[in-house]
Amino acid sequence: MLGEGILKGLVETGRNFFGSYHDPGRMTTVQFPEEKVPAKENARNFPFLVFDGNDPMAGLRCVACQICEKECPPQCIYIVKDAAKKPDYVGKLQFQPKVFDIDVSVCMSCQICVEVCPFEAIKMDTHFELSNTDRFGGLLQDKHKLAKSNDYYRKIHPTDAAEVDARLAAEKAKIEAKAKADAEAKAKAKEAAAAAPKPAPPTPTKPAA
Amino acid sequence: MIIALLKGLFLMIWKVLGDQPDPKADFLAALPEALRVLASVVLSVVPIMVTFPLLFAITTLLERKGLGRIQNRLGPNRVGPCGIFQPIADGLKMITKEDIVPRNADQLVHFLAPIALVIPTFLAYAVLPFGRHLVPINLDAGILFFFAVGASTELSVFMAGWSSRNKYSLLGAMRAIAQMISYEIPLIISTVTVIMLAGSLSLVDIVAKQTGFVGGILPHWNVFTPWGFAGFVMFLIASLAESNRSPFDLPEAESEIIAGHLTEYSGFKYALFFLAEYLGMFAVSGLAVTLFLGGWSAPLPYLDWMPTYVWFMAKLMAIVCLFIWIRGTLPRLRVDQLLNFAWKFMLPMSLLNLVVAAIWHFTSVWSFPGELAARWLLCAAMIAIPYVWLGRALSGDKKSTLRIYRFAD
Amino acid sequence: MNLTFAILAALTVVSAIAAMSLRNLVHCALCVAVTFGGLAALYLKLGAPFVGWAQVLIYVGAVAILIVFAILLTRSDAPAQPVVSKSWVAGIAVALLVFGVLTRAVMTSEITIQQPPAKPEPTVLKIGTELMTRYVLPLEATGLLLTAATIGAVIIALQEPVSKRKNVAGSSNTEQAGGASPAPNPPIPGGHV
Repeated sequence: MLGEGILKGLVETGRNFFGSYHDPGRMTTVQFPEEKVPAKENARNFPFLVFDGNDPMAGLRCVACQICEKECPPQCIYIVKDAAKKPDYVGKLQFQPKVFDIDVSVCMSCQICVEVCPFEAIKMDTHFELSNTDRFGGLLQDKHKLAKSNDYYRKIHPTDAAEVDARLAAEKAKIEAKAKADAEAKAKAKEAAAAAPKPAPPTPTKPAA
Repeated sequence: MIIALLKGLFLMIWKVLGDQPDPKADFLAALPEALRVLASVVLSVVPIMVTFPLLFAITTLLERKGLGRIQNRLGPNRVGPCGIFQPIADGLKMITKEDIVPRNADQLVHFLAPIALVIPTFLAYAVLPFGRHLVPINLDAGILFFFAVGASTELSVFMAGWSSRNKYSLLGAMRAIAQMISYEIPLIISTVTVIMLAGSLSLVDIVAKQTGFVGGILPHWNVFTPWGFAGFVMFLIASLAESNRSPFDLPEAESEIIAGHLTEYSGFKYALFFLAEYLGMFAVSGLAVTLFLGGWSAPLPYLDWMPTYVWFMAKLMAIVCLFIWIRGTLPRLRVDQLLNFAWKFMLPMSLLNLVVAAIWHFTSVWSFPGELAARWLLCAAMIAIPYVWLGRALSGDKKSTLRIYRFAD
Repeated sequence: MNLTFAILAALTVVSAIAAMSLRNLVHCALCVAVTFGGLAALYLKLGAPFVGWAQVLIYVGAVAILIVFAILLTRSDAPAQPVVSKSWVAGIAVALLVFGVLTRAVMTSEITIQQPPAKPEPTVLKIGTELMTRYVLPLEATGLLLTAATIGAVIIALQEPVSKRKNVAGSSNTEQAGGASPAPNPPIPGGHV
């Protein structure tokens, strides 16, 4: 009958109207600055540098290998290697970046820098409230601004961070085990060398007369 | 003399609020003879010019919040608590926007078009009875006056569209005028049924005929008769089309023709067009209330203590809320669907309604027990059966079925 | 001769003159609408509210729009006509002649001698009753005329597209069912636009 669809539509919208007051399924608005939708785990926005421990500059994982700078498609990363070296998480001395700038207004969040980094030093952040009144340098982030701790990384990407941590711990354990095995072997060799019967000093025997 | 004036003013306000006759008499008596006519006119006009734009502001907010809730979202809620200062923000924006007039446009006509729209729309309120003693002018040919000034608004739509020297404006204006002319006929014919049975063109008389209660409980409103109900529905549909509201807002929809005849208007002139559209909506709602819903009379006899203008305004706002609800529900009609609906469906049904109203009138002399039910059945059948048949005939073979998408799931 | 009448008459005459002498045709049409409004005001001043408001409703609300549509749909880019025609001497002479004849006819009739009749109370009820009893034949004849005009307009507007479509349909698609005639366009300019 003509008009039936209209009446059904009116009933449906009426239900929506009254339901929006008490039914959360019918009022899905999240009032942004006061309420926020929690970010999903795979969300990504712009990169940041991970540091272990408490001191951002000392614990920075980045070794300034410049692979991410070369691989970045819009070339938004600028790295200057520092002459001084610093120890990494296993204690080995590595290079460090003196200058590490990412121009976030150029970055396209493609995550290639994360994929190519061999040192798990650069990861994707989810922070997006980056608006700035400085049109010219406000979105250029230097290494102090980019450095965020591993705890923060664990908070925003728990699964990835757990996997990275496990891998790094395994590497560390392997290196330590190897170092221990080396040390043990060395000590054993030394001990063997010390405990072995001294090679008989050539006794000055009379030549048999 | 100042004291007499203040006393007259106070008595006037007291009488208006208390629904008593002849409120202006004391105030006017305190004025010198020469000023009385002018003062009387000003006192009648100023409340209307204050109330209805205020109501317009409230309705824009109500509409945005209401549509928001219907669409599963909150409306504007930042400007004041629950967004109640949003209309002030909108008004400030409209006033301070730059007024751009195209260089090729016809300057005089472009300037006059919003004025030529707002003036007849305000004039239409002069005959609506807002309360038992609150009608600005009791014209003998009240309804004729109302439709006359309503028809004058169409010329201003044309002026707006043509003076912009913009082919989209002109196209939009042509469509708008075609729509307004087409829907004027069912509008006026549904009114004629009421006039026929009330025996007068004066709105005060029409409302007076709808006071009183049938059987002590049911009000004697026109909407509670079969022809009145059908007439009310058709009047509402036609008035939606006359004021260019959804689902008939093709002339001014942004996705259709930018803004149709309003394209080249910005700032305050656009605000005037907007104001005129809403004022027109209130005016036809007021007329619908007067003709079909019993005007200022209360629905039940023991609710008589509430002042009559409160009832009028409540019924007006109920119709406005119904319009907002319809806007949130229905998709827009295409121009050929619009015009087909007006000429092929509304016009025959309104003519039929006229005949049914006449039959209702002539069968009122029946006096056997159960005559009310018999008359109701006869008249309702005479309307419902052609409605169903015409609906089926006009929709043809098109049935709305569930859509099947070939490649999407 | 009071002030209101003077103002209204001046308005009507000025807008009528403007309607004749403006360059732009649409401006002329709008001035004609103002003239109609002035006439309506004069009717109201004479105490005939029904005729006055009916004048607004019909002339300003329908006839003016009809004129405007006619102008737009037929001659949108015609050049502006010269305001004063070439044979203005003959025009003025004829106008003066007609005016003279009418004035003499009015002045020598009985109107100047007779008393004006008692002014009836032109309520709408009385007008309606008279229309339905004493003047019903002219009313019905007018209705018939208007219906004939409407039907004629529909037929004239209808003919061309139907014949065009029949030509095209006849040559291309012969498997259409014979009874499915093409739905006629609504006879409204908006439908064509």
